[in-house]
Amino acid sequence: MKNTLRNIFHSPKFVIGFIIFFGLLAFTLIYPFFVAADPLDMVGQGNFFKPGTYVSVQDTVDAKYYTLNIQAKSSNLGDHIEEKDKQDMRDWLLNYGEVSQEELDAADDNALVVLWLEHYDEKAKQKGLLASKKKAYVRLNKEIVKLASDADLIIAVENEDGELEESKSVDSKQYVNTKDIANQRKLVLGTDNFGRDVLTELVQATKVSLKIGLIAGTVATLIGLMLGLLSGYIGGLFDNIIIFITNLFTVIPSFVLLILITYSVGQNARGVTLIAAVIGLTSWTWTCRSVRSQVISLRNRDHVNLSKLSGHSMIRIVLTDILPYVASYVVMAFILQISSGILAEAQLSMLGLGPSTTSTATLGQMMNWATMYSAHLNGSWWAYFPVVLVITLIAFSLNLMNTGLDQVFNPQLRD
Amino acid sequence: MSDAKKAACLQGKGVTKVFGFGDKKTVAVDHVDFDFREGEIISIVGESGSGKTTLSKMLLGLISVSEGEVLFQGSPRDIRGGRKKKEYWKNIQAIFQDPFSSYNMFNKIDSVLLDCINMRGGKNLPYEEKFKMMSEACSFVNLEFKELTNKYPFELSGGQMQRLMIARIFLLKPKILLADEPTSMIDACSRSTILDMLLKLRDEINMTVIFITHDIGLAYYISDQVYIMEHGKFVEHGPAEDCIIHPKAEYTKRLINDVPKIYEEWDLSTV
Repeated sequence: MKNTLRNIFHSPKFVIGFIIFFGLLAFTLIYPFFVAADPLDMVGQGNFFKPGTYVSVQDTVDAKYYTLNIQAKSSNLGDHIEEKDKQDMRDWLLNYGEVSQEELDAADDNALVVLWLEHYDEKAKQKGLLASKKKAYVRLNKEIVKLASDADLIIAVENEDGELEESKSVDSKQYVNTKDIANQRKLVLGTDNFGRDVLTELVQATKVSLKIGLIAGTVATLIGLMLGLLSGYIGGLFDNIIIFITNLFTVIPSFVLLILITYSVGQNARGVTLIAAVIGLTSWTWTCRSVRSQVISLRNRDHVNLSKLSGHSMIRIVLTDILPYVASYVVMAFILQISSGILAEAQLSMLGLGPSTTSTATLGQMMNWATMYSAHLNGSWWAYFPVVLVITLIAFSLNLMNTGLDQVFNPQLRD
Repeated sequence: MSDAKKAACLQGKGVTKVFGFGDKKTVAVDHVDFDFREGEIISIVGESGSGKTTLSKMLLGLISVSEGEVLFQGSPRDIRGGRKKKEYWKNIQAIFQDPFSSYNMFNKIDSVLLDCINMRGGKNLPYEEKFKMMSEACSFVNLEFKELTNKYPFELSGGQMQRLMIARIFLLKPKILLADEPTSMIDACSRSTILDMLLKLRDEINMTVIFITHDIGLAYYISDQVYIMEHGKFVEHGPAEDCIIHPKAEYTKRLINDVPKIYEEWDLSTV
């Protein structure tokens, strides 16, 4: 036993799968200790906010100011002037401001503003310019001067008499330390269509999906194992009946069955456990078949005969002389069943047949919502890509663990 | 030592085993009659595929008899139902061909021997008593129980495993022991030890040993009675001296010729 475990943990494939899987699991377990918010709490009043840190505007105004000489305004001056206005400025400077073409070509947005402030004069001779155009230049000049000036913003508050009263002024050299702002929230993966924090939702959805996979895998493995052991060991008519039922379940496409069952159960009754149980009930057949075939080859072994001769009961023989020999296979089948259970849930939820949506999110449902609100069309990658990544990682790690176990238990496969 | 003096132990009348049906029908054992007497070593000799193991499994009650009947101690044996089978298995036990697959590799050796004590009704004995019994059984087969306790079967050699199987028989003390090629997977040195132990079982406990083998030399060395089996039928049977020194059936002659001889030219033409 100890040796087997050591062998398993020397298989690199198994170890990588194990680390990925339990890393994900640990993250889902630890995350709620740091972020206590309700995963389905609608934080944003709108669809698909970008990932980033969000700070309250009001708190920014109230926070303590530091005066720093960072040319914040001039560094983005150009963004505030429209392209058409920039062209007008270049025209005026070339024709009436005595600025050479080379100088203009070399100037970027900020240099252009500097040149404008130096050379523009509304009383200069502007031959051939319409009066309306002249006035337009005057208005443009005012705007640019206002933009470039370090004039204070005045924050006015309504007083008791209903009049505005200056309470504070903010100038462009004043900065706020983000640590001083009381209300800020880091939305690492932004928000989804309902304005929910995607990361928090994702963590909970992963947990729910793993739970579904675990329940579905356990149900499927238990049913398959039990029927496989009994039909293989007892044989005869009982075996024929069981294998008939198994074949029946194998030929009926289990996904269609799954859709029909979940649909007929109804939206309100569809809980997480029910969905998991339904998935488990439709996917036990392959476990049953392969366990049965292994048991048939085992039941004629000498150690089983010896156990019979020692007067052991059937249940004891099955549990002590047959089950341990198929255990390694059953463990591998169980791991695959977990993975396929998670995928089946995602498929069902994508079709809108997942667990009822009011209290929990699952990975499949998050993808369903993202599709319905066309996140893929408006470029909101954060609403679906992390979900796809998590599903892929789970399935990948479980399959890797399965392959690793396979190589340990069937040494012929080792390369 | 005439047959009349010895009590009947296991007899068969027209015992047959058929596998499958229709086109795939295989007759493994074909209407065999036998009469095994108490306190004898009976060899069943035949080449592979002649139905020896099938017959032994039928005698053990592990598979059903298609036709004919088996008499145990003079009366038809009744092994329908788990309880009756359990009773029957107190009287008949087996050693199998492959010691490596005879053990459940997940259980410790102690459990194999403890099962035997439990089966003999010693379930409630104090552990010291059980330990003494197990040590006695192990010393019967020249093993040291103290060295074996808490070990797993795969930590033993093939010879040790097979000797432990005999220790198990010693603890159970059944009336009949079915030894299904107990020496074929074991090296020649351990072979004679095992055979000696089978002889010891007969002499000390008056056990009937049914010794199944493909090696007619071994059969001659050990048996009182020999049954030669070909294609599911007994072609010849009788005391070992008669059968092997003066064979009547062609098949027996061929089997005897197949045994390599050390100081003679070996005629391979019939092999």
